Amino acid sequence: MPTAQARPRTRYWHHNLLLIVGLLCIWCLVTFVPAYFALELSHYFIFGWPFSFWMAAFGAPLFFLLIVGVYAWYMARYDERARRTPEADH
Amino acid sequence: MSQDATAQQRFNAQLFRGYAVYTLGFCLLVLLLASLEIMGLARHWIGYAFLLVTVALYAGIGIMCRTSDPVEYYVAGRRVPAVFNGMATAADWMSVASFIGVTGTLYLTGYNGLAYILGWTGGYVLVALFLAPYLRKFGRYTIPDFLGARFGGNVPRILGVICAVLCSFTYLVAQIYGVGIITTRMTGISFELGIFIALGGVLVCSFLGGMRAVTWTQVGQYIILLIAYLVPVIWLAVKQTGEPVPQVAASSVLQQVTERERELTHDDSELSVRALWRERSERMQQRVSGLPETYETEQQKLRLQLLRARANDAPMGEVRNLERELAAYPKSVEDARMAWSKARDDYAVRASAPQPHAVPFASRTSESPDAVRNNFLAIVLCLMMGTAGLPHILMRSFTTPSVDAARKSVFWSLFFILLLYLMAPAMAILVKFEIYTDLVGTRFADLPSWVHAWSAVDRSLLTILDLNQDGVVQLAEIQIGADVIVLAGPEIGRLPYVVSGLVAAGALAAALSTADGLLLTLSSALSHDTLFRVLSPKMGPGRRVLLSKILLLIVAFAAAWAATRTPADILFLVGAAFSFAASTFFPALVMGIFWKGANKWGACCGMLAGLGVTCLYMVQAQPWLRQWVLGVSTSEPVVLWWDIQPIAAGVFGAPVAFLVIALVSLLTRRTNPVTDALVDDLRRPD
Repeated sequence: MPTAQARPRTRYWHHNLLLIVGLLCIWCLVTFVPAYFALELSHYFIFGWPFSFWMAAFGAPLFFLLIVGVYAWYMARYDERARRTPEADH
Repeated sequence: MSQDATAQQRFNAQLFRGYAVYTLGFCLLVLLLASLEIMGLARHWIGYAFLLVTVALYAGIGIMCRTSDPVEYYVAGRRVPAVFNGMATAADWMSVASFIGVTGTLYLTGYNGLAYILGWTGGYVLVALFLAPYLRKFGRYTIPDFLGARFGGNVPRILGVICAVLCSFTYLVAQIYGVGIITTRMTGISFELGIFIALGGVLVCSFLGGMRAVTWTQVGQYIILLIAYLVPVIWLAVKQTGEPVPQVAASSVLQQVTERERELTHDDSELSVRALWRERSERMQQRVSGLPETYETEQQKLRLQLLRARANDAPMGEVRNLERELAAYPKSVEDARMAWSKARDDYAVRASAPQPHAVPFASRTSESPDAVRNNFLAIVLCLMMGTAGLPHILMRSFTTPSVDAARKSVFWSLFFILLLYLMAPAMAILVKFEIYTDLVGTRFADLPSWVHAWSAVDRSLLTILDLNQDGVVQLAEIQIGADVIVLAGPEIGRLPYVVSGLVAAGALAAALSTADGLLLTLSSALSHDTLFRVLSPKMGPGRRVLLSKILLLIVAFAAAWAATRTPADILFLVGAAFSFAASTFFPALVMGIFWKGANKWGACCGMLAGLGVTCLYMVQAQPWLRQWVLGVSTSEPVVLWWDIQPIAAGVFGAPVAFLVIALVSLLTRRTNPVTDALVDDLRRPD
């Protein structure tokens, strides 16, 4: 029964897409917003660094690591759940 | 299943033990050489020891991992644990340009150089979210394999091969060139010999064991390059501030550097040197505007000067300089126009005040901050998409045991890359502090020996010229190349020579590991995707691997030959590889996975259009390329779109490729059940 199977499978996929879009928004936010307003933001300081310099050198790369990590571990758990209940999710 | 799991666990434990012994052994070697240095071992012997021992180590791992089984040869048996695959990817990724170039660029351009850090790390978010899990789920051998299966037929596959060769070969030439430079500096052997020794090390590894040997060697190379980067930066941090965390140390040093920048901007002797540069720049402008008459008169003037110097028994150095200048005199009026306009611009830059390190979008030319910002954002975006499209990085997701491991492997790759990249901004600031406070103000008679050593290697790397003849070094008199900052960093900070040897060994590891990965990508694109899939699909597995090995040799020698020709602009070539990847592979792969409607003709036209736009922009915006292709003189001004430099050309190519894939696919729409099933399978949980 392809139609009955298709619905849960698309649910898995849509859930994945939603997560991707959300994480991508964070990615965009931490990269391009501080870089675009770098001149204005360099008057603020964080850990002794000008904010825009710190953000591009350390902040944004650490956010990237966090994004990739959240995605990897969240999807591992989600896949595991999909495997355990094959009728509902697979 | 549980048996598999215990076997994998035992394998992991064995790996951890093996690499722990390896790391310890390497540290002991460094300590041994350090104590030998104290006892008076000559410097070039330290260089030889590092070169021979590391190359022998890599070759040894290669011989231990030899194989002729296709699954082992192409994807390392698909059982590389995520952590180790991450380490191998990090080594694969960090080329000589990242190891040496990023820190140098940060030193020279301050905040603006952070575009490279942002772009090269942010790209991994795209790899993790859009590509790695699906490529692993698909689970064949190469990226053109995926294009061939997803879009159907040999046309997308062959296009994929062409793009893979285009991206990887330019990048490979740059790596081998870097290897040549490092071995020459380390030991003093000739450039060509250096290339061939290093090539031997690369070949033993990838030729005998393919991806399997390359993976395990890359893990070893990562360990060496990390140690080589951490030792000098932590040492410098402790030396300058007593603080062992380089980022913490650099934040206080940055304030001192900024203070010093302010002093140097208004310093009287600095101002006098800058005025002299401005004078030289104006003189060049007069020469350029006086062409073609000035071509003859300047040559005459130079000849007369030489005759007079000889007649007056002028010092040998002066006569030599004049002779050299006359020998290098432009061959034609057109050459003179190019050379002199370039000299005019160079002098004008040197006549400007030092660039403030932490101020965003500062520039030493007349560019406006808005223009620099546009360029900054374009480079970031282009490098991100390029990172997510480079075949030798994407190929690494095929080597993990599962989809889950592929996602985690991207995390570990980024983690291991950041261990080094988060140090680079600190290293640049620490070295800058040494130069601003230690070197500036030194008397010319007391210049440290590394200054002479490095200017002897190549004058474009380091020249210090007493322009105002006061016998004291001013900042405006120092011309330093980006490559010197890391390689000479330990000497600049007066660390023992063994640290310099270690850094060179690290740079060599960075170059060799990337070269290994690229060689494999190239040879498998040519053998597996072209000869096997397209020309003779009936070939047996043994012959496929053999053929792949033969092609590997041919590609390696072709790249070495190209590297000895000394390509014009290494950094531009590397940048071009990213632009090509961003405008071909990235759009085609993402559309193929996320939109079922993307079809064969859409993908082919899209990749061609992306490549076309990228090439077009590069040709019209890069002066030497424009002269080479269109014959327009390099002294003519270039037209830039939104002030974006040609190095980020992919930022125009990629959107065009996305758009063309969508449009052409919609126009030639046809439902294909096989493709639908393949995409459905990619989207299903593992």
